[in-house]
Amino acid sequence: MSYAIEMRNIRKEFPGIVANDDVTLQVKEGEIHALFGENGAGKSTLMNVLFGLYQPDAGEIYVKGQKVNISDPNDANRLGIGMVHQHFMLIDNFTVAENIILGSEPTRGMALDMDKAVKIVRDLSDRYGLDVDPLKKVEDITIGMQQRVEILKILYRGSNILIFDEPTAVLTPIEIKELIEIMKRLVKEGKSIILITHKLKEIFEACDRCTVIRLGKVIGTVDISDTNPSKLADMMVGRKVNIPVNDSPYAPKEKVLEIKDLTVLDSRKVPAVRKLDLEVHGGEILGIAGVDGNGQTELIEAIAGLRKVHEGQILLNGEDITRLKTRKIIEAGLGYIPEDRHKHGLVLDFTVGENMVLQTYYKKPFAHAGVLQNKVISKKAKQLIKEFDVRTPGEKTLARSLSGGNQQKVVIAREVDRSPKLLIAAQPTRGLDIGAIEFIHNKLLEEKKKGKAVLLVSFELDEILHLSDRIAVIYEGRIIDIVNPKETNENQLGLLMAGRKEAGRQA
Amino acid sequence: MSKLLTSGKYFHILVPLISVVLGLMVGAIIMLAAGYNPILAYQSIVESVFLQPYYTGETIRAMIPLVLAGLSVAFAFRTGLFNIGVEGQLLAGWFVSVATAIFFGHLPKVVLLPLSILAGGIAGGVWGIIPGFLKARFKVHEVISTIMMNYIALYTTNYLIKHYLYTQGERTPNIPDNASLASPMLANLTQGSRLHWGFIVAIIAGLLMWFILWKTTRGYELRAVGFSPGASRYAGINVERNIVLSMAFSGMFAGLAGTMEGLGTYQYMMINASFIGIGFNGIAVALLGLNTVVGVFLSGALFSALQTGGLTMQSDAGVPVDLINIVIALIIFFVGSSYVIKWVLNRLAKRGEKN
Ligand SMILES: Nc1ncnc2c1ncn2[C@@H]1O[C@H](COP(=O)(O)OP(=O)(O)OP(=O)(O)O)[C@@H](O)[C@H]1O
Ligand SMILES: [Mg+2]
Repeated sequence: MSYAIEMRNIRKEFPGIVANDDVTLQVKEGEIHALFGENGAGKSTLMNVLFGLYQPDAGEIYVKGQKVNISDPNDANRLGIGMVHQHFMLIDNFTVAENIILGSEPTRGMALDMDKAVKIVRDLSDRYGLDVDPLKKVEDITIGMQQRVEILKILYRGSNILIFDEPTAVLTPIEIKELIEIMKRLVKEGKSIILITHKLKEIFEACDRCTVIRLGKVIGTVDISDTNPSKLADMMVGRKVNIPVNDSPYAPKEKVLEIKDLTVLDSRKVPAVRKLDLEVHGGEILGIAGVDGNGQTELIEAIAGLRKVHEGQILLNGEDITRLKTRKIIEAGLGYIPEDRHKHGLVLDFTVGENMVLQTYYKKPFAHAGVLQNKVISKKAKQLIKEFDVRTPGEKTLARSLSGGNQQKVVIAREVDRSPKLLIAAQPTRGLDIGAIEFIHNKLLEEKKKGKAVLLVSFELDEILHLSDRIAVIYEGRIIDIVNPKETNENQLGLLMAGRKEAGRQA
Repeated sequence: MSKLLTSGKYFHILVPLISVVLGLMVGAIIMLAAGYNPILAYQSIVESVFLQPYYTGETIRAMIPLVLAGLSVAFAFRTGLFNIGVEGQLLAGWFVSVATAIFFGHLPKVVLLPLSILAGGIAGGVWGIIPGFLKARFKVHEVISTIMMNYIALYTTNYLIKHYLYTQGERTPNIPDNASLASPMLANLTQGSRLHWGFIVAIIAGLLMWFILWKTTRGYELRAVGFSPGASRYAGINVERNIVLSMAFSGMFAGLAGTMEGLGTYQYMMINASFIGIGFNGIAVALLGLNTVVGVFLSGALFSALQTGGLTMQSDAGVPVDLINIVIALIIFFVGSSYVIKWVLNRLAKRGEKN
């Protein structure tokens, strides 16, 4: 039998690192094939090779048994290979239909036939149950729908082999369910899918087989029906994984963060946080649960001095920081792992070393009289790279060229190492592999044990339930309830997050 | 070889090198088509610049303001700003340095010369701070505001000269010797060229830029803000202040470029009917020099050599000097379209890998 895709003995090197080493991947027709591996294992690299974005240093690619040469994405398209990238490539103020046909527009005579385009898109959308309105502008639709537009785009080009690189990292739980449904429908229609994800749950729900990669090498390919989640996780990391739970006793100390009657406006000058009260103590992890867009971002930004406080007061260790500048707040003891590591967590074009001192570069011992002490910075960076197991050729490497998970480790290393009194962690494990999640959860728990206050914001209810000592549910800018994780469940949290306090109390 | 092309350090250096070669080649083709001998033309440039002291001196002399203008553009660019206002900052620096020199002419040289240079640099810096402030405070794009500042500088300096410092010949009086950078020794050495001590100022400026950007906490902030205002803000860096500061430094380098013309080359300032162009050439110098200090010196040298040597080309090879301006324009064009060159290189490299 010939495979839909067969990549044989692929090798791809980057300066200082072998990203793919003798990798062989065989994808059967009509299957969903998972690609599973640690951050920086080389999954995206392998897929970029298949999609013609990178040229392999060695190895061969076969499509339906035919040896092929893929020198750019156009070649890939011609061979029926399509890719949904993690960062969408849509034009915001074009309509859905315009985005989809861009590059191969249907014409009548010389003119663009927009009616026909709309009809094609609508038919495709119906056929695969994608539920996309071709006439809407991309800027007006949700992230989940934008992703479906990306899928339509490759279906429109007639692709049979669909690559999804971490499609679920940006989706809500409901959107993830929908996406899995869609993928299942696609393979029923004869498409083959390669899915990269860090979430075992998704692999076991959606996939037929799974290839595990570690440090650029293939560890093995398994049938999902023959394995179980913990086996697969161990296989990927190469040791036993224990996602830690918060089992140290809950012994809150002094108030570290105190928020009184806080009102914060969003960018449109509408209150996003409304008269919110909250306290976080030393020695506790307070989890904030809530549906995206209920004021979480504005709340954190207000604490960090990045957004103006409209009304109310914020105290850090008893000191009023309501009107202080970000730098002063950081100096007063704030650590912050921002949600968007690319935009806010890292200067991507700085080296790893430079990024490690982003808040401390001006202080001793990293600077003397305004002059940077590059040797000291290098030494510190090397130490953190080792301590936090950041996979990088060295501290002189640009942050941009690290894999997503390792970029996050740089941010976490920097923030935790400063040992702040209050650590805000916003989506700290988004896009991270299980090993890295274990590591980061351990770090957060250590901070708790050290008596620091941790404010955790996450859309992953698992994570909130696992780590928190108390869970504050935010809804429309208010904390509508604070619950004990030991006495609650996903169901109750779900109701509370939807603003149904009474129902939530009874559940 | 193909790996060498696309990977790592050498790749980005290739683009300007190829641009220069392409510029010279296409220039040669145009000369051929117009019935001139390009080999003779280029030969006369090289011979004059390297073998005739006068032209060597004049080349270095032309380099001084060009390099400073290039440093100005590169500094702003390193911090994420596009300073089109070098021309105006240069004029401001030129005027203020000359005015200071004339006004305080009674002071001894050890005081007056540094004072005039400083005044010129500060004037350029102030001219840069204004658009910097407008950007930081009101989000006015610096490209627009610096272009407007150029016109304000042009007409203001003309007005001030006309009304307060006018002398025959549509210019200011000469500056006193006490404030001059000119040097009979350097002139003698180069058979009467206008080479002056300003080259030392340019070298110091280059070292200063390198030191500030790469060795100081201030430079760290400036670069961080240039690369990622978002991450900088989250790290507690004052983005607005660094934008203003960056424009101040950039403007200072531009102001010094003008100062060099005032205290060095000309010893006065003339009324300018239109822009003198050094500021705009500085953009090309910075681009070709990849916004690095060494690169700016190299590309500044190249442009100056072509311009100065172009004069002998006319007499020695009978090729009109306009043609050398075409060559310069071509090089700028190719650098500007570096995207195309990169694309071609990538294709070549890929082809190489396959075979
Ligand atoms: N363009 C590049 N230049 C240099 N190194 C790179 C480049 N792209 C990837 N790498 C390196 O190659 C390795 C594999 O990266 P890749 O992005 O394929 O990992 P990944 O498995 O997709 O990880 P993640 O799950 O974190 O996305 C990493 O060590 C990364 O730093
Ligand atoms: Mg990846």
